[in-house]
Amino acid sequence: MSTLVAPSAPVPPAPAAALERGNSLWHDAWLRLRKNRLAVFGAVTLIVVSLACFLGPFFSPYGYEDQNLDLGASAPSAQHWLGTDTLGRDLLVRLLYGGRVSLGVGLAATVVALTIGVVYGAVAGYFGGKLDAAMMRIVDIMYSLPFTIFVILLMVFFGRNIILLFVAIGAVEWLTMARIVRGQVMSVKRMEFIEAARSLGFGKRRLIFRHILPNVLGPIIVYTTLTIPGVMLLEAFLSFLGLGVQPPMSSWGVLIKDGAEKMEEFHWLLIFPGTVFSLTLFSLNFLGDGLRDALDVRSSKD
Amino acid sequence: MLRFFASRLLQSLLALLVIITATFFMLRFVPGGPFTAEKAVTPEILRNLEAHYGLDKPLWHQYFDYLGSLAKGDFGPSFKYPNRTVNEILGDKLPVSIELGALSLLVALLIGLPLGILAAVRRNTWVDYWGSTLGMMGISIPTFVVGPLLVLAFAIHAGWFNASGWYTISDRVLPCLVLGIAYAAPIGRLTRGGMLEVLNQDFIRTARAKGATELRVVFKHSLRGGLLPVVSFLGPAIAGILTGSFVIETIFQIPGLGREFVNSAFNRDYTLVLGTVILYAGLIMALNLAADLAQAWMNPKVRLEG
Repeated sequence: MSTLVAPSAPVPPAPAAALERGNSLWHDAWLRLRKNRLAVFGAVTLIVVSLACFLGPFFSPYGYEDQNLDLGASAPSAQHWLGTDTLGRDLLVRLLYGGRVSLGVGLAATVVALTIGVVYGAVAGYFGGKLDAAMMRIVDIMYSLPFTIFVILLMVFFGRNIILLFVAIGAVEWLTMARIVRGQVMSVKRMEFIEAARSLGFGKRRLIFRHILPNVLGPIIVYTTLTIPGVMLLEAFLSFLGLGVQPPMSSWGVLIKDGAEKMEEFHWLLIFPGTVFSLTLFSLNFLGDGLRDALDVRSSKD
Repeated sequence: MLRFFASRLLQSLLALLVIITATFFMLRFVPGGPFTAEKAVTPEILRNLEAHYGLDKPLWHQYFDYLGSLAKGDFGPSFKYPNRTVNEILGDKLPVSIELGALSLLVALLIGLPLGILAAVRRNTWVDYWGSTLGMMGISIPTFVVGPLLVLAFAIHAGWFNASGWYTISDRVLPCLVLGIAYAAPIGRLTRGGMLEVLNQDFIRTARAKGATELRVVFKHSLRGGLLPVVSFLGPAIAGILTGSFVIETIFQIPGLGREFVNSAFNRDYTLVLGTVILYAGLIMALNLAADLAQAWMNPKVRLEG
């Protein structure tokens, strides 16, 4: 089992010290990541897309629900760079607003999944024994449940509320994170610096959160990066079925659904949102993969 | 081995009971009922309807009634389709979804396995790089983007296929291709990873030293171990294909279980929702169990730890 800890740097030192050393784990990882062209491409694309989504709408003369029924659906032009939909709404602005929603849901639900998964996995891994066996059995059972079906039921019954949406998605996605964190914690907790910290009389909470978790940060970062596209996919999946974000709000899933319905006459309504969404997922996956190589995280899941 | 199987089976049955109970009570506590959407039902008719379906009894009574009839294999009457039982509806829709799922899985394996093996054997060549990049694209581009795009290209513009429907053999091509490609990508990546791990081991070097041909090394010596990750992924993959078919059935207007499930949830058709959930859950758990067993059979390490 490989861990991320160089023997010389067990407990995370003060940030200043880490910078001075220059050859820290993180610095090496950064150098390795920079050499990975696809990962760099992914990172740059993500930055561009996020900036465009969060800043772009401020520079547009159109709002996301401004209709222009006289114009109707029009192909890309100088006034409307990506064209308009059947209600004459500017597609570019709707795409950018949709990106805010999709990226926002992706981040928020990932934070939910991250929090549950890390705490659950750390507790199971640290205490081990019967508690661990019971907790992991629960995860095993939940893995075998058809969760997508439950999320669909929840969305149908409780009115497609966006907060419920990301809580529901986050509650599904924490399982893998819990397994990974548990495995890492189990291997780190046997190391000498933990023994040393324990012999200094530190409490369990301090041991877990201050000494063990910082040393399993690598895998956590990698799988967080890989969880975001999964979450965004689930949101778009629900929106595509008409169960996620509701009009006139837009999300990439909603735009793809609308585009697919009207693609016969107005193909740009499908092609632009589909491309942007796929490109974003592609970038996230490549960045995650690059991080995994750079941080030398073994791909084993348990 | 037998103990392993028995404990897993028991666990699955327990989980199934939890699912049934949770779904049953969740359905009853959400606002709206099967008859609220119909306009202007007088209170008297509503009472009659509810009495007819046993909805006037106490909730726990209904719950045990339902479990009782379920034990006899009866999913009860549908609330929205008068004169039809849930068994009949499921019997109509399930074969369609199974056909879609099975063909898609076949497509996924036929594309994913050869590409994965090839990428591992020709590691760090252009085959490997392009294969990996294509695989990442397959993972990143969702079915609900690929599906409509293929329809646009091959059905609407080229006119080779029908844009929707599920009647002729050619109607099967696009849906199964779209769903299959989505799972070919992870299968290819897992195959590559598994094969690489095995190909680096000592017994493979021994086999080569003994003069075994490359083909024999790959197919006779490495495949069994190399495919382990794929086998353990098959359970989740099949579950994913089953739920992924919701989208495919919507895009191609296929009369399968997925569309029926979403509609029944909107209609508050309690028994149909429950029936579909139980069927899906049962199917997914049975397949997971089968995948676990296959894995145990292929890998003595898992078998012994049980």
